[in-house]
Amino acid sequence: MIRFENVTKKLSRKTVLDHIDFEVGAGETFVIVGLSGAGKSVTLKHMSRLMRPDSGSIFVDGEDIVSMNRSDLQRVREKFGVLFQGAALLQWMTVRENVALPLREHTKLSDAEIMKRVDEKLDLLHLEDAGEKFPSDISGGMQKRVGLARAIILNPQIVLYDEPTSGLDPVTSRRIDEVMVDMRERLGITSVVVTHDLHSALAIGSRIMMLHEGRIVENAPPAEFIKSKNATVQSFLESQYITKKGKWEELIYGQV
Amino acid sequence: MCYPVRSAERTGARIIQLLHNIGHAMIMLMEAVWFSRLAFGPRSRRETMTQMYVTGIKSLPVITVVALFIGMILALQTGLELQRYGQEKYIGSAVAVVMIREMGPFMSALIIAASVGSAIAAQIGTMVVSEEVAALEVMSINPNRFLVVPRLVALVIMMPLLAVYTNILGILGGAVVGTTQLDVSFRAYMDNALDIAHNKDLYVGLLKAFIFGIIIATVACHQGFMTTEGAVGVGRSTRRSVVVSFLVILVIGYMITRLFYI
Repeated sequence: MIRFENVTKKLSRKTVLDHIDFEVGAGETFVIVGLSGAGKSVTLKHMSRLMRPDSGSIFVDGEDIVSMNRSDLQRVREKFGVLFQGAALLQWMTVRENVALPLREHTKLSDAEIMKRVDEKLDLLHLEDAGEKFPSDISGGMQKRVGLARAIILNPQIVLYDEPTSGLDPVTSRRIDEVMVDMRERLGITSVVVTHDLHSALAIGSRIMMLHEGRIVENAPPAEFIKSKNATVQSFLESQYITKKGKWEELIYGQV
Repeated sequence: MCYPVRSAERTGARIIQLLHNIGHAMIMLMEAVWFSRLAFGPRSRRETMTQMYVTGIKSLPVITVVALFIGMILALQTGLELQRYGQEKYIGSAVAVVMIREMGPFMSALIIAASVGSAIAAQIGTMVVSEEVAALEVMSINPNRFLVVPRLVALVIMMPLLAVYTNILGILGGAVVGTTQLDVSFRAYMDNALDIAHNKDLYVGLLKAFIFGIIIATVACHQGFMTTEGAVGVGRSTRRSVVVSFLVILVIGYMITRLFYI
């Protein structure tokens, strides 16, 4: 569904992505992990062409998006929903207006139909009472869920999540994880998740890729990922108290 | 590398960056002009009206005070000189000509650049650093149509109206000084002021205000979109927006005056 071929990107003379190749299959929950500055968010931004690579190709459903013109790019972007790290909600709009925005811009639905669909998504994400509030009046966790509601309002095929649980308490983080798993199971959405949170990655991922200094050091299903012999992966796992024989092997419900 | 070469390299890089920025701003403006036909369409009407309210109505208190005092200062300074030659009866003409040709459009543009332009740069800059503009792009919503068009249209409509308002208030401010301190009757002052004001002065003044509106919107939106580096970057964009707008307004204002009056 998404394929990176030999992608390289430099920012301020630093190589952020160094000839990386990988593929995300349809229906997968593909998790990208790594230390800060490893190139995770840059990889995610390349998928929706918010950034262009210096060299290499990126394919979405077989179409190279790197040199695509604006109208074709718009067509491809309609396949995507993106949850940004800070939710990126428009501050002068209410929660309901934020979620309705893609429908107002891209469909000719009546106001009543738009509100019906918005309320469905708000219900799905347990945001029934937040519709008339402004983003500044709700918590970070609720803002993330509103961002997610907006990302899925047009029923995209692919959802990109940039640090969906960063800055959230553990309970809210697990709730966001459950929503992501639920969406994959109920709607068959392909997900790409960038996170530092290995617990979340192991819980929801069908495949985990680790980036380190712009290179892929591991790309495997969770059960294999935690057994990786790569020293960087091992050190990353140990930093979050995850061991090869820990209970996490039993808790990988992302594969269920 | 020796110092002169490094210095030349830096200067060259700055010139290239400047040309790049001007090109980017012009492309943004052209795209916004193309989309401006949608400014009062169902998707943008509310935002355009909001921006017109912010630009026009919310700026009235400060413009009122500034315009009145500019008129009063003009009348006082010019009137005192005219009084030495016994020509204070012409004070109405002097104030009207200066206000309509120059000070009306110019002062209202400076006030709007400092208040509305800086707010536009700060708002768009904050949206850039908090990824709201990126969110619009991935939702296939053109940020130029969504953000620039309502602000551009609001400014080009409201600036000429504000310039006319500034002219009227400035002339009335001059009348206050003329009647209370220079012993010129209100009737004589106004007759004099209206006699000297030609249609051409009014049209050129309105043309200036219209162009100043385009300048303020373009500079402010462009500086907002160029924002990087978080809160510090938003502050830098806001300051640059005001400084660049002031400079461009001065230069373009001079060129329009030269074009129509020499």
